[in-house]
Amino acid sequence: MDKFSIENMDLYYGNFQALKNINLHMQENKITAFIGPSGCGKSTLLKSLNRMNDLVEGCKITGDIRLDGEDIYGDMDINILRKRVGMVFQKANPFPMSVYDNIAFGPRTHGVKSKRKLDEIVEESLRAAAIWDELKDRLKKSALGLSGGQQQRLCIARALAVKPEVLLMDEATSALDPISTGKIEELCLKLKNEYTIIMVTHNMQQALRIADNTAFFLLGEMVEYGDTDSVFSSPKDKRTEEYITGRFG
Amino acid sequence: MREYFDKELRELNNQLIEMGSLVEQAIKNTVGILLKGGENGIDKAVEYEERINSAEKTIQNHCIKLLLHQSPVASDLRSISSALKMITDLERIGDHAIDIAEMSVYMLGKDNIYSMTHIPEMAEKASEMVTLAIDAFVSKDTELAKRVHDTDDVIDDLFNRVKDETVEIIHGDKDLGTQAIDVVMVAKYFERIGDHAVNIAEWVAFSITGSTEFE
Repeated sequence: MDKFSIENMDLYYGNFQALKNINLHMQENKITAFIGPSGCGKSTLLKSLNRMNDLVEGCKITGDIRLDGEDIYGDMDINILRKRVGMVFQKANPFPMSVYDNIAFGPRTHGVKSKRKLDEIVEESLRAAAIWDELKDRLKKSALGLSGGQQQRLCIARALAVKPEVLLMDEATSALDPISTGKIEELCLKLKNEYTIIMVTHNMQQALRIADNTAFFLLGEMVEYGDTDSVFSSPKDKRTEEYITGRFG
Repeated sequence: MREYFDKELRELNNQLIEMGSLVEQAIKNTVGILLKGGENGIDKAVEYEERINSAEKTIQNHCIKLLLHQSPVASDLRSISSALKMITDLERIGDHAIDIAEMSVYMLGKDNIYSMTHIPEMAEKASEMVTLAIDAFVSKDTELAKRVHDTDDVIDDLFNRVKDETVEIIHGDKDLGTQAIDVVMVAKYFERIGDHAVNIAEWVAFSITGSTEFE
């Protein structure tokens, strides 16, 4: 089933067209990877999926982006959209507060007040992000004291705390060491049973390891989209072949 | 980095061409012993087999090194994985060539029973298939590869004819029984050489198109 469907989408930053006629259907409970050289529009597209681009001055989007068939640029409440579609960024960005408060921040914003309920959510989210055992004795300590890999998994836990349906990951492991990267990749494979994951990655081996489907972008166009194994073993478009084999980009 | 990888891939290609050429020479030598006799040929056959085995190891190590160092994808991945598969078939052809050569030696000094059957035609067809498969690889030509695939039926038919002919030989002269069994075995080796040539052709197609099927 399609979780996100994008039809005839164009995106402009002022006069510059950053995305051209994108048509893309992303399936529920799958990991979809966006790959392509810097400036190809993949992060721009990712950000459009929870309307992060609304904050960019001069950004104009035409076409259709639907979440479960509902137009996200129509009447949908943007707070509800961002609750349903969480995001994890390249650089871990824990709030300057305790581990516990980082996780409880979202649920509190959405009106959860009960201490018992918050305790439950914190434990559940940290467990889901495979970091509970490491942090259960440090819940009151500042999140800024954690290692880079722990901070990133904390941010994933924070995103999961509001029970989203989709997790957007913008190069979420590019600043991490191989062990932390491995942990997050494993986590993604576990999380996809309950969530839909859409990720931008520069690491093609990562897309190969964990993504079910891969889309290749170039100069604002989506050149090719298909199941990851096919895209990486027998790409249909010459430009995909040239990019993934390192002949350009 | 791409430049270095391309150089390595060209080197791999040359190694495969060289191994293919060794296999062609081994078959030619074997067919020579089989049909024309010649004790000296057997030493040559042993030498070819050793060189083919050594080429297989060298290419295998090269492929594993490239897989490890380059994490290849797309056509690079297909070329390297095809190379790994093709060398196994080439090595097996080499094994069958020496098997046939060794059996031919027993025949020296006797009336050549092989010429009473379709073995000479099988030898010619099998050699042709191997040459075509290697040419298809060298010239990256799926049409040539398909021709190898299509020739397999011919060699299979010839094998059945040799079987029937052998039964007739045994009926005619029971003393030829042992030799007649050799004829069937040699025929089977040629038939297997044909199968390996088809495998090579399919891997050639895979490295070019991504599919081992011919349209």
